[in-house]
Amino acid sequence: MTQAAAAVAIGVQRAESPGLWTLAWRRFCRDRVGLASFLIVVFFFGLMTASGLHLVAADWSKEVGDNYAPPTFMGPAVPDRSLAAPQSTGAGSADVSNPFDPLAGVLAEIRAESGAASIAEATAPTLVFGADKWGRDVLKKTIKGTETSMFVGLVAAFLAAFLATVFGALAGYYGGWIDDFFNWFYSVFTSIPYLLLILAIAAVLNQKGTLTVILILGLTGWTGIFRLVRAEYLKHKVREYIQAADAIGASHARRMFVHILPNVSHVILVQLSLHVVLFIKSEVVLSFLGFGVGVDTVSWGSMLNEAQSELILGYWWQLVAATVAMALLVTGFSLFTDALRDALDPKLK
Amino acid sequence: MTSTNSADVLIGIRDLKVDFRLDRTTTSQAVKGISFDIPVNSTVALVGESGSGKSVTALAILGLLPKENSTVPAASRILYGGRNLLALAPGDLQKLRGANISMIFQEPMSSLNPVFTVGFQLTEVLTRHLGMSGRQARVRALELLREVGIPDPETKIDAYPFQLSGGQQQRVMIAIAIACEPKLLIADEPTTALDVTIQKQILELIAALQKRLRMSVLFITHDLALVGEIADYVVVMRDGEIKEQGKVEQIFEAPQDPYTRALLLCRPQLTRRPRRLPVIDDFLKPGPPLAGGALEERTRGLRGDEDIILEVRHLSKSFYSREGLFGKREFKAVKDVSFKVARGKTLGIVGESGSGKTTVALTLLRLRGESSGEALFDGKDLLAIPPKEMMLYKRRIQIVFQNPYASLNPRFTIGQLLMEPLQVHRIGSSESERRDRVYKLLEEVGLPEVSFFKYPHEFSGGQRQRIAIARCLTMQPEVLICDEAVSALDVSVQAQVLNLLQDLQDEHHMSYIFISHDLAVVKYMADQVMVMNEGEVVEVANSDDIYRNPQHPYTKKLLSSIPQGWRRRSPAF
Repeated sequence: MTQAAAAVAIGVQRAESPGLWTLAWRRFCRDRVGLASFLIVVFFFGLMTASGLHLVAADWSKEVGDNYAPPTFMGPAVPDRSLAAPQSTGAGSADVSNPFDPLAGVLAEIRAESGAASIAEATAPTLVFGADKWGRDVLKKTIKGTETSMFVGLVAAFLAAFLATVFGALAGYYGGWIDDFFNWFYSVFTSIPYLLLILAIAAVLNQKGTLTVILILGLTGWTGIFRLVRAEYLKHKVREYIQAADAIGASHARRMFVHILPNVSHVILVQLSLHVVLFIKSEVVLSFLGFGVGVDTVSWGSMLNEAQSELILGYWWQLVAATVAMALLVTGFSLFTDALRDALDPKLK
Repeated sequence: MTSTNSADVLIGIRDLKVDFRLDRTTTSQAVKGISFDIPVNSTVALVGESGSGKSVTALAILGLLPKENSTVPAASRILYGGRNLLALAPGDLQKLRGANISMIFQEPMSSLNPVFTVGFQLTEVLTRHLGMSGRQARVRALELLREVGIPDPETKIDAYPFQLSGGQQQRVMIAIAIACEPKLLIADEPTTALDVTIQKQILELIAALQKRLRMSVLFITHDLALVGEIADYVVVMRDGEIKEQGKVEQIFEAPQDPYTRALLLCRPQLTRRPRRLPVIDDFLKPGPPLAGGALEERTRGLRGDEDIILEVRHLSKSFYSREGLFGKREFKAVKDVSFKVARGKTLGIVGESGSGKTTVALTLLRLRGESSGEALFDGKDLLAIPPKEMMLYKRRIQIVFQNPYASLNPRFTIGQLLMEPLQVHRIGSSESERRDRVYKLLEEVGLPEVSFFKYPHEFSGGQRQRIAIARCLTMQPEVLICDEAVSALDVSVQAQVLNLLQDLQDEHHMSYIFISHDLAVVKYMADQVMVMNEGEVVEVANSDDIYRNPQHPYTKKLLSSIPQGWRRRSPAF
């Protein structure tokens, strides 16, 4: 066989020779629940990307409906004077003139300036999934909220996993005083009550916004992954293949990140996706408490925050929209993580 | 076996088939329709290499096959006292299992529950199956421990498993297994995890108990030499089929099947040292199996004027464990070891577990922290040179590890594994030159070129060990340390790897430090043998001399423990 023919034959063989990731993917495909949850996750990813690129829900902040316009399938709101006074007046407040309004003249002027377009843009009495206090479309708001919440969850989880991997690799691989130092650092971090720590970091960063939330979650969330990565490195550094790598003269960094890291990557991957779920929930809690994203952005947390006052008035749709979206993603992601773990964990020879 | 009377048959296995479901579409046949008898009051040995289905057969007898992925066709039968064990209700089977059939496993350390005392685990069996009271059971447990030869049973009965040695743990396992005086004792590789001197004791114990309790023993092993000493009947299995069965003298003196003959001759023997070991294929192909290198003898030994490449002087290595707040306790793993390795020759290091032989190897490569003494390699002390300079010497002294399943990074392709040393040491001017080199090496160790793109899990144990050897060869070392390099391999594969190592030495004139607990293998490979015990060198001599005329009592003890294969037994045994 000539050299070229041999190369071709080898190339053919290559396609037939599955790597460990390929084998894991095949196992994953056999898990129906896993595959379904994977599709849900992919759908949400698509939604997040489309929203981020302003392909959908770019005009989420436009006031397109009546205040608290109900979902279409419920029909327009029946004015109920005795209970929902703000609703009825709210809907028609643009036309009803108050004789004692000192700003009536100014308002009329502004209205005239903003032109016919905005006046022509009549607000709809119902929207697909209702409207919020300012008449913004809840569906679009939910999509935009999905973008924010998922983005925060993902980036924070990546940050946490990155920190944990570096710390865990150093601590587990070198041992000795380096290990002691990181363990001490870990102990200090975990001994502070979680919310207190978050408040402290929020106070230090001193501004509200998406980046702040990511930093808060990322800087506080690495501890659990760190413990696992460290344990894996402790386990692997004494394995024979690492000794063999040492014997051929591979450097410490090479052994740590070229040899061991791929062998513990499944642990990190599973932890990463677990933490995405965790951080999405944490972001919701933070925003609900008012430490989350700023007022100009919408997230599931801020939607739920608004929903608590709406619920008393009987406007349930914003709550339901945010809850359903979050439940769907979180459940899907969790099941996906489970399937991922099953696919990656079986002990390969 | 087939010739025995049906009245004398304790268990009859008829057309046993076991299939394992691997995933939805693929199944593998572990056992493909085997039939044999276990006669009353005798020892039947089930011999085979890994994957032959011998352990699966034992599990089938006990009804311990995993339910979720194994299937046994209805036509298969295991007859015990007129009943088919495969069709028995789970409750009946469990009663039978405790009282009439019991089993001892390979790893005594993992078969005993570490959180209960030996006495608790032993009395549990007695109270469960024989309905004894606690006091009765304890008395009987002491008796049993005495019977299996545990020294000082009154204190050992309250010991936890970790407080006993490996041999003692296996004795406890045997005590538990014979507690109910079973009719059949299944011993699945009971001595494989034990040292050779302990192995001999355990074998003698099982043989003596078999006679005294008049039970039958099904002895499962991969080592035909062991079988000769204790079995009455032998069943040879390969790939789920029985290759040959018969009385032990028939199997050893007039084996009919080529595979049996191959098994008998593939293992290095103490009496001969052929230039090449025969391998299974030699027997399965037509023509005379033993030809050429398999018939010529190789002479070994040092004359004393050889060029010395590595000289180790007063090597010591201690490990420390923390004790109390500030104290630490020293454990001397290697004590004042000195030896020389001649260029192109092999030094064999022999010793039982804990003798420090592996520590010597790892210390030489500086894989084990600080130590004292010196190791002169070409006049340079390997233990004292700075790490930068050590890189140059790492190329020249390499190691092959015991377990080929653990010593190759599972996430690397074979190509990556073999290219790495070249890249690290910047051998070869370009990537394509390195690649050519790797292809050549693959060919040299007998692997096809396509292996380059495969992952370790796609290879068998023997092939992986070849890969590990090829990886060392990339750097063209002058000294190759083989740390139990063939111990984890099947007999037939072991012969192939030993032949490969020998061919490579003949071609490249490498020096080997060959570490093994297997005295026959060391005798075959080594010019000079160093015997170690508890960190000290007991004896060093040319290999023929040491086997013919051992000086030190420990060496004598080791040599007398080697299984001798079959010889006409004196009635006393």
